[in-house]
Amino acid sequence: MQNWRRRARVDSGKNTVQTPLHRPVNRISIPSSARWIACVFGLCVFAGCGSSNEPSSREGREGTDPARLVVTGSSTIAPLISDVARRYEQEHPGVRIDVQTGGSSRGLTDARRGLADVGMVSRSPREGEDDVAWIPIALDGLAIIVHADSPVNVLSEEQVVAIYRGEIETWRDVGGEDAPITVVTKADGRSTLEVFLDHFGLTAQEIRADVVIGDNQQAIKTVVGNPDAIAYVSIGTAEYEAMQGAPLRLLRLGDFEPSTDAVRAGSYPVARTLHVVAKGESAPVVSEFLDFLLSPAVHDLVESHFFVPLDGPTPDGPAG
Amino acid sequence: MSGRVRAGAFGPAQLGNGRNDRLLAVAAWTVPVLVGGVFGWLLFDLLRHGLGGLSWTFLTTAPEAAGRAGGIGPVLFSTLLILAVCLLAAVPVGMLTAVLLSGVVGRPPSQMRSTFLRSVRRSLDVLAGVPSIVFGLFGNAFFSIVLGMGFSILSGGLTLACMVLPIFIREAEEALRQVPAELRLSAAALGLSRTKTLTSILLPAALPGITVGLVLGIGRALAETAALIFTSGYVDRMPGSLLDSGRSLSIHIYDLSMNVAGGEPNAYATALVLVGLLLVINSAAASLSARWHRRG
Amino acid sequence: MARPADRVLSLASRVAAAASAVVVMLIALFVGWEAWPALRDVGSRFVTDSSWHPAAGTEAGTFGLLPMAAATGAAAAGVLVLATPAALLSAIFCRFYAPRPLAMIYRRLVELLAGVPSVVYGFWGLVVLVPLVRRLEPPGASLLTGILVLALMILPTVALTVDAAFGRAAEEHLAGGAALGLSRPTLIFEIVLPASRSGLATGLMLGAGRALGETMAVLMVCGNVVQIPDSLFDPVRTLTANIALEMAYATDHHRAALFVSGLVLLAAVSVLVLAAGRWGGVEPEMAS
Repeated sequence: MQNWRRRARVDSGKNTVQTPLHRPVNRISIPSSARWIACVFGLCVFAGCGSSNEPSSREGREGTDPARLVVTGSSTIAPLISDVARRYEQEHPGVRIDVQTGGSSRGLTDARRGLADVGMVSRSPREGEDDVAWIPIALDGLAIIVHADSPVNVLSEEQVVAIYRGEIETWRDVGGEDAPITVVTKADGRSTLEVFLDHFGLTAQEIRADVVIGDNQQAIKTVVGNPDAIAYVSIGTAEYEAMQGAPLRLLRLGDFEPSTDAVRAGSYPVARTLHVVAKGESAPVVSEFLDFLLSPAVHDLVESHFFVPLDGPTPDGPAG
Repeated sequence: MSGRVRAGAFGPAQLGNGRNDRLLAVAAWTVPVLVGGVFGWLLFDLLRHGLGGLSWTFLTTAPEAAGRAGGIGPVLFSTLLILAVCLLAAVPVGMLTAVLLSGVVGRPPSQMRSTFLRSVRRSLDVLAGVPSIVFGLFGNAFFSIVLGMGFSILSGGLTLACMVLPIFIREAEEALRQVPAELRLSAAALGLSRTKTLTSILLPAALPGITVGLVLGIGRALAETAALIFTSGYVDRMPGSLLDSGRSLSIHIYDLSMNVAGGEPNAYATALVLVGLLLVINSAAASLSARWHRRG
Repeated sequence: MARPADRVLSLASRVAAAASAVVVMLIALFVGWEAWPALRDVGSRFVTDSSWHPAAGTEAGTFGLLPMAAATGAAAAGVLVLATPAALLSAIFCRFYAPRPLAMIYRRLVELLAGVPSVVYGFWGLVVLVPLVRRLEPPGASLLTGILVLALMILPTVALTVDAAFGRAAEEHLAGGAALGLSRPTLIFEIVLPASRSGLATGLMLGAGRALGETMAVLMVCGNVVQIPDSLFDPVRTLTANIALEMAYATDHHRAALFVSGLVLLAAVSVLVLAAGRWGGVEPEMAS
């Protein structure tokens, strides 16, 4: 039964109250004018397209349809879960899984408040976040990347630290050409940044960046367009892009060769674990979906999104 | 109309040979050339990378592998639904507001009413500067949660309607205001009711300007990403009703280009579809407006 | 005297106007509500802190918003400086210099530009403009790139609005002006332009709003480093980019601090609108 529970790191016993799968959304009391304007909008809309609006779905959302799951959270994981959900829907007609994105913090908050059945969180749990069950679903490594034209092939950990602290400002100091280094980093709070900081013992304040970016692909495009840039991104996607002919190179980090295989073998040091979170006690349909998500039946999907599927215990402990 | 005036007004011999005129002509030709150049560049980029992916199958089938493979059928459909909701909400509300603000119908405003109008207008100006992501967070809190619409096409469309309102109202108000006063006065002299004056005289006369507002609004709505991620959502399945979540083309493009490795070819193709869709809608709006304008 | 239909129209329009105005109040309330915890606990440090590292919590973190406010202002100013003359010339071209079919095509093109998603502009900026600017001065992602992309984005809005206003002014005044034998530039600058002032103001207002509020494209091309720019080539972070970049992973006070960014932006826009109202020409007088 509930296999996912075995993998859940924090299985809080406190939360044994059955969470209604689709709890009606809390109706916060709002000024009557607000309701009023909503009515005006609503009227305009319904007057225009009343026929296309089937009333049945409203009931479904509010809780009579047991087979609609809402998953929200990290944009890193969302494409993967969308694919998993599509496969699950095919095998279980009648179940609908709505995957929404919007960030890890949203996934966590929604799962806590019962707005979502499952939250996607692309980082590890922090202090005080054990009120939900954290279920690791896949591994992801971070590679340091540069433009393919760069003569640099390897950087030591100390050199990376010095570059990101702004102590080394030109490629000449690390065996490259005499060009200023464009340091690319991720925005505060992003989980990739946290993994990077943790591994290299840096703090966000120390980093002297030239470009701050959001999503993974932005880092890749920045490096592709700038021969003097250095960035860190998901190993899997960097490998894929390089294979597709994008002019970028994954740097060896000291003795460690960055590759998906190394992450799988647990021999590459800069890695993170992607999680989903759920309330301690979930409805059966949620448990079934989570079991499916962790089963080997979706490993091909996990790999197609350039992550490393988890078999049994994770190499670096369940929490990454 | 203006074309007729222009053709009559400027014989080349009469006006076209001053030095200032030539200078201005050069400047006036430079900008379109630049704009056309940049747009051509952009479009060329889109065509070069996206044309290969376009096909009837692409337009009608569902995305696969997070959008890297498969088509955009459900996404296209959701986008049209979101746009429809947005326009159905924004156009009536916006039109009525514009009528009031332009002051072309009704009594001359009293002190109190003109204060009201001024605050409405200023509110709308502020609304025009609200960042799209704030619209998204607001729409999520208000439409999705407080009003219980959840992640749905309805809540996405209404959020967009809030966004489009100031643009549409500004343009529509401006257009109504510019209708020559004689038209209004003649209508009043003929004893037409205000409603009749509005529908048969003012609206047809102001239509080209209103169309500009509509086109800008549609453009803004179709182009919007940040406001929709939190409201209409990310689900790329064919929506069954307005209360289902549905992904818009712009979100699809964003996800494919920024979040999905290897998504670029389909991102380009989807962007092409969006531009094409816009071209169709804008042309339809323009020709409808022209026909109506002529008739009115 | 008042007929039923008129009464309905009058009532409906007042309701609609009130509804439109309520939207902005609701948004302001919502943003204020979400920002309140940070305002209460961080307070003046939003102004006095010199850097922005809110993730570390209210005590250890720093919350300086000034650099981002400065960047936002610089970007918006730069955009207006570029887009205003461009939009004017574009409209002048359309109305007075282009052969008619070309004007039609050009207008359609500008309408299309108005609807190209900001993601596409941002994407194009990232892969085309940023490398170009980098050749001038690294790192490429900079205030200048942001201004260029934003100017391109708001140009259609301003240009179409001005063009429509020119069209109306032309219908009214052109024949008379031409009959007086005025030259084309004189007609344009002495008659049509003044007559279209409120249209121009409308366009600029909408354009400035879009420039201040634009998120995705700016995020992709500006570099997003929190600093007060010394030159056009410095990477900067705008208030909107700040929200979009960090909201996804922000919790508690960090999240609230991001809403303060939104609040500052709203306040800035409000001040602009009020100032523009005082400045006169912008606010169209009530038609009598």
